[in-house]
Amino acid sequence: MSVDTATVRHIARLARLEMSDAEVEATVPELNNILGWVEQLAEVNTDGVEPLTAVIDQKLRLRDDVINDGNVRDAVLLNAPDAQHGFFAVPKVIE
Amino acid sequence: MTDLTSLTIAELRDGFRAGSFSARDIATSFNAAVAAAKALNAYTVETPDDALAAADTADSARQRDELMPLSGIPLGIKDLFATAGTDTTAGSNILKGFKPPYESTVTGNLRRGGAGMLGKLNMDEFAMGSSNETSAYGPVISPWKRSDGGNAALTPGGSSGGSAAAVAAGIAPGVTGTDTGGSIRQPAAFTGISGIKPTYGRCSRWGIVSFASSLDQAGPMARTVRDCAIMLEAMAGFDPKDSTSLDLPVPNWEAGLSSNLKGKRVGIPKEYRIDGVPEEINALWDRGIEWLRDAGAEPVEISLPHTKYALPTYYIIAPAEASSNLARYDGVRYGIREAGEGGLEGMYAATRAAGFGAEVKRRIMIGTYVLSAGFYDAYFNKAQRVRALIKRDFREAFEHCDLILTPTAPSAAFGIGEKMSDPLAMYLNDVFAVPASLAGLPAMSVPGGLDAQGLPLGLHLIGNELDEQGVLNAGLAIEERAGFSARPEKWW
Repeated sequence: MSVDTATVRHIARLARLEMSDAEVEATVPELNNILGWVEQLAEVNTDGVEPLTAVIDQKLRLRDDVINDGNVRDAVLLNAPDAQHGFFAVPKVIE
Repeated sequence: MTDLTSLTIAELRDGFRAGSFSARDIATSFNAAVAAAKALNAYTVETPDDALAAADTADSARQRDELMPLSGIPLGIKDLFATAGTDTTAGSNILKGFKPPYESTVTGNLRRGGAGMLGKLNMDEFAMGSSNETSAYGPVISPWKRSDGGNAALTPGGSSGGSAAAVAAGIAPGVTGTDTGGSIRQPAAFTGISGIKPTYGRCSRWGIVSFASSLDQAGPMARTVRDCAIMLEAMAGFDPKDSTSLDLPVPNWEAGLSSNLKGKRVGIPKEYRIDGVPEEINALWDRGIEWLRDAGAEPVEISLPHTKYALPTYYIIAPAEASSNLARYDGVRYGIREAGEGGLEGMYAATRAAGFGAEVKRRIMIGTYVLSAGFYDAYFNKAQRVRALIKRDFREAFEHCDLILTPTAPSAAFGIGEKMSDPLAMYLNDVFAVPASLAGLPAMSVPGGLDAQGLPLGLHLIGNELDEQGVLNAGLAIEERAGFSARPEKWW
């Protein structure tokens, strides 16, 4: 499998990364180089092998469904590039 | 008086407790050394007042006999750890100005253990890189120089490059690092210091900026194996805030240190004899085998048949997880914002384009591709199946041995700029470190000697799950026999 400029543009859109035409052009051979290299995994026989899900065997814990903090609105908004009236402000989504 | 910056953590702790010097003396000495070492570019933020405040607390605690394990010890903190009120940027422009209102669990544990903070340490952007050249703050310069009379600026390795350079240069007695695919061990090897990545889950990841969550693990870097044991004890522990944190007591690793390896079998994986690795690296490996034999261990040949596939597996899984983790940087909640065109989505895309560096973008693109519709099974799921086989290789090997010895890196430190143009050549640096990361195993680098150009080389010990003690003890056995005492000549 190899990627072309259309694929790179599609992936960049999925990744929410703005890219100039020059960057798209430069990315095509880079991705192909790396993807070509990882394709050697195809030669490994993995029939009947379950994909690894936990690197150290352990049960995922459940915690009680309780609020153990809260009332920290100012701390939550502290680093926002734009906060107004106690909310994160973003460009208008609905006209 | 002794130059306090030349002492180990254990020596500082014991001298402070005996009253030979005060914690304030220690903090003042290191603060001055940090301020005088700007040429290394190791610190992104200096926090001398933090170190002094912790020192004063330690001095008064000593009067009241209420000392904590790290009382009097100032540490450097990798910029990947959230530190309340102090800039935390993961070496990235996108987090410029971010001051977390919370403290990471690991640094909180160190503070409760009495440690102060000298500052935040430079690193590869989002821990993606093996040379520190991807940092938005510019590369860290290794304190080491080649003995050929040239004056080339060398990399301290990465991603914990600022951490490694700080310890090697004596501008921190110990530091935190994080290791995703070798980011503690490779820089430790390049700078002639020790560093351990514990079993995945030993240290809480809460408050550490995420790169690849199934691999990331914090660990200490310091001058000696004992210092690593002291720090790791203070860093590790169960944390209900991290669902992958192991609910197990923290062993007394320092008290358990012993370099007597009688009855231990040390596995030498035949697949780690890789073509193109310099002869000096293999010669050091052979010396390491003899040192462990001298300590009472029996070397045995083992096989890890899927070794060759570890790096490509890693370079699917780590970018895949990174592309998901880094989705949170969108200009809404923290960091920079670029307006862009096209409303909210345009703002996301413009912010991320402006905020991320080239290597981070490259990995986000790979990660997004291998997780995208149509390719998920062929790449990501396939990699997780191979990862299961790599894990199984280790499990089977540990039926025949107690520990594994390999070199840490396939070369000594290289020059800044030498490998930047070829991402694949750069990725190969972690060829010995990555398999243990994929398997979640504890692993350590200790200095073994110098190459022909006078640069440090490291030996790498991999232990079975939860056997940090075995790794530390073998590390101590090598440390005692290697007698590595070389220090970089001060030029900064």
